[in-house]
Amino acid sequence: MSAVSELTKGVYRENPVFRLALGLCPALAVSTSVENALGMGAAATFVLIGSNAVVSLIRKAIPAKVRIPCYIVVIATFVTVVELVMGAYLPELSKSLGIFIPLIVVNCIILGRAEAFASKNGIFRSILDAIGMGIGFTFALVLISALREVLGDGKLMGYMVFGPNFKPVLMMILAPGAFITMGLLMGMFNVIDERRQRKG
Amino acid sequence: MDVGTFLAIIIGAVFVSNFVLMRFLGLCPFVGVSKDPDSALGMGMAVIFVMTMASLVTWFIYVFILEPFGITYLRTIAFILVIATLVQFVEMVIEKTSPALHRSLGIYLPLITTNCAVLGVAVVNVEDFIATGLPLGASFIYTVVHGFSAGLGFTLALVLMASIRQRLQLGGVPKTMIGIPITFIVAGLMAMAFQGFSGLKI
Repeated sequence: MSAVSELTKGVYRENPVFRLALGLCPALAVSTSVENALGMGAAATFVLIGSNAVVSLIRKAIPAKVRIPCYIVVIATFVTVVELVMGAYLPELSKSLGIFIPLIVVNCIILGRAEAFASKNGIFRSILDAIGMGIGFTFALVLISALREVLGDGKLMGYMVFGPNFKPVLMMILAPGAFITMGLLMGMFNVIDERRQRKG
Repeated sequence: MDVGTFLAIIIGAVFVSNFVLMRFLGLCPFVGVSKDPDSALGMGMAVIFVMTMASLVTWFIYVFILEPFGITYLRTIAFILVIATLVQFVEMVIEKTSPALHRSLGIYLPLITTNCAVLGVAVVNVEDFIATGLPLGASFIYTVVHGFSAGLGFTLALVLMASIRQRLQLGGVPKTMIGIPITFIVAGLMAMAFQGFSGLKI
């Protein structure tokens, strides 16, 4: 596989959220506004790049039997870095993401990429893979949150979209809206896939 | 420390801020293991057990190790390691002492290590009960009760979802929505019902 496709596969073809159904919890919980989604996406991408790079570097030194605990320690270290940096420089974002920052540790995307990719590939490809997956995750979050924010709050990144007469559907930024948006988006991706297969 | 507080914690964790439907924690097993009610119940029991144990153990770690040494910033690393070890340990103990229980819970236990609800309950405990300056005895009991009832809420949501999905197999679901998409739609409708509890004041 070429370096470019390593980078781009995460965005659509192997999108972690819509395709592999990984990292669902943060995808639904923090997608109440685009700002939160971008913050979460950036944090997860940073952790992904760091953990993929380190895991790929030490992959030959880790005994196979204890590899999962080793990966978790590496990931937890980077998550702690994000937690402290975000708390110091972006206290508001840190407050609105809440417990989902420490919970990046158990985000299946990160452990999944460490296990499935970084433990078998060199550092360069692992970093490309991490960036691609990070972009894919961020893209999914932004897509969900844009829909929810526009419908549930009438705003996008803080700007009014439909003018003052629009009555927002509050349900969309509450929990039910997240589940329904997610279900419909996944269904939509299935429809697109099916159309493509029929053509191909 | 009175009955009212306990009731508030239990109803809060099971209904008002249900871990799956309101806090979005533990969605992977919620989608993955909700195909039939029996295995959902098995998974639920395993989660209740691990969540209660994890609450108990992380309370000791936080109060007696992290806080006295001023290293509370290591919370995430310490908790995830302790939980992963705990799950392994629980699995070994169950395997030795009660093979029957191990047969029914065994396959779910490894899955729980990466269940974000378990780490989530530990983090919520710290923020709600431990770091708020409650007396030690009260914070200990609240933490354990909260861990148990959070697991109970998880089981409730999981078993409900499994029962609905079983019925759904006979219904005419559009082809592109079969599987995970329709599960999310159902979860959305369930969340709407649970939203009704959010006005509950105890």
